[in-house]
Amino acid sequence: MPDLTSDATGAAIWLTLQLALVTMVCLLLVGTPIAWWLARSKSRFRDAAAAVVALPLILPPTVLGFYLLIVLGPSGPGGWIAGFAGARTLAFTFEGLVIGSVVYSLPFVVQPIRNAFEAFGERPLEVASTLGASPWNAFFTVALPLARPGFVTAAILGFAHTIGEFGVVLMIGGNIPGETRVLSVAIYDLVENGNWAAAHWLSVGLVVFSFLVIVAMFMVGRNKDEA
Amino acid sequence: MGAISFAASGTKGDFTLDIGFDVPADRVSVLFGPSGCGKTTVLRCIAGLEKLNGHVIVAGRAWQDDASSVFLPPHQRHAGYVFQEASLFQHLCVADNLEYGRKRRRPAHDNGLSVAEMAAMLDIAHLLDRKPGYLSGGERQRVAIGRALLSSPQLLLLDEPFTGLDRRIKKEIIERFLDIRKRLGIPALYVSHDMAEVAALADEMILMADGRKVSQGSPAEIFERVELQPATGRFEAGSLVVARVLAHDERYGLSRLELAGQAMFLPGVDAAVGEEVRLRIRARDVSLALTRPGDISIRNILVGQITEIVGEPDTAFAETVVDLGDVRIRARITRMAVDELRLAAGSKVHALIKSVSFDRRV
Repeated sequence: MPDLTSDATGAAIWLTLQLALVTMVCLLLVGTPIAWWLARSKSRFRDAAAAVVALPLILPPTVLGFYLLIVLGPSGPGGWIAGFAGARTLAFTFEGLVIGSVVYSLPFVVQPIRNAFEAFGERPLEVASTLGASPWNAFFTVALPLARPGFVTAAILGFAHTIGEFGVVLMIGGNIPGETRVLSVAIYDLVENGNWAAAHWLSVGLVVFSFLVIVAMFMVGRNKDEA
Repeated sequence: MGAISFAASGTKGDFTLDIGFDVPADRVSVLFGPSGCGKTTVLRCIAGLEKLNGHVIVAGRAWQDDASSVFLPPHQRHAGYVFQEASLFQHLCVADNLEYGRKRRRPAHDNGLSVAEMAAMLDIAHLLDRKPGYLSGGERQRVAIGRALLSSPQLLLLDEPFTGLDRRIKKEIIERFLDIRKRLGIPALYVSHDMAEVAALADEMILMADGRKVSQGSPAEIFERVELQPATGRFEAGSLVVARVLAHDERYGLSRLELAGQAMFLPGVDAAVGEEVRLRIRARDVSLALTRPGDISIRNILVGQITEIVGEPDTAFAETVVDLGDVRIRARITRMAVDELRLAAGSKVHALIKSVSFDRRV
């Protein structure tokens, strides 16, 4: 299995982990306010907003990737932002991949957090307010701790779903080694080139990894019941 | 200090509230009425959890005043709110639940109580490191009361916090609560639809129905009034009277009390000789006789005069009010009995009281 230990494969694994980690952090930061709004708002746009967040669940990754390519490209807002950093485009960059992954995995993070926020209802926040806690204070001292299991699930799902990403990455990231060439793309390459043995090793690795992730989630769920 | 002044009007869904009242600042006032009459909405408006048109003035400070566009958010009001379900923070142990309110006190009216003192007063010291999930219903409510009191509130709002608790436990918690409240001297507004709770708690009573105030006064005054019965309820209807303990009879386990100059016997009243106690006499536990019956097991036969009889055409019963001297009690008897005994206002009768519940020391 020469390719597995090669620099190229190692770089792909390392890049994938970096991407998944950065994406997960961004997802939690972006997803929490969205989940909070979806859980608490009485706005008539709420269902529409929830549908937009959920779109990546059913859209083909190619469609998502296509529009992301336009948005991130030189003539889209992504290109404009990239201009500040002296670059021409966000497409085919690591930053572009992070943005794409955040959009792609958003429903997997928003939904569990939203469920957790909805599960405890208004009451704990009302209690906190009558005890003198401001809305922000109540959010950090009551809402976040109570929603903790939802956050753990969201973090694991966001991380794992990014690792398994393929279509969107291929559309907006291409296949630049060390820059945008993640594991799923590397496996695709290995298969294309007839290197099935190496493809096997990486694939088995992903299967085991995914299994462990799901087991971890079940364990989190059980702890929640016992608390 | 100033009283509590409240007014609210507005519509929530298909429910309309239109009510206003003032209550004294050093008392327990009870909002009494059937489920769904808007009692909880009143408490929520006072706490700032709900917003209707009106005003909320507590201890001279406007928590809400539409005239000057004042509406303080709940966390700036410091009303201690004890909800029907204890609503403890599930992620915190008992000590941290108690601490949550204490940490957020406003220095201006700090009651100086520590978590340890409060835990001792409510007998929850042994529970401090437990999570709420491992507490019984009564324990949870005690923690909820402690948490609210530790936030040094200027007003305590309680929404049927003892519903569903065992009667003995309920009585104990109510006594502890009353002791602490008296010590801290803060006003309390208590929502209830349970006559026994009113008897045990209320100094002042506001009777509500369909989002409106029907009447206000001392519980004895309110319950004595037959015309308020549709709002006070039939089954538990009765009178609240104050009696004085004269002696305890160890041999029979009875206490002798004096009510309007007449003697009563009650099973072991938990009060010292000379103390005054509040008794609740349900109208359906009182029978009337024209002459004093002999050979009867009932120990409490009081002499009085009927002042009022109100027949209920839709039932077999009539409500009567009997004046025993300076107190009045109610008797619920059949309309047939009224006719056969030729009872009318002014009739001299003997009131036979089958059972009396002792509710609190006055």
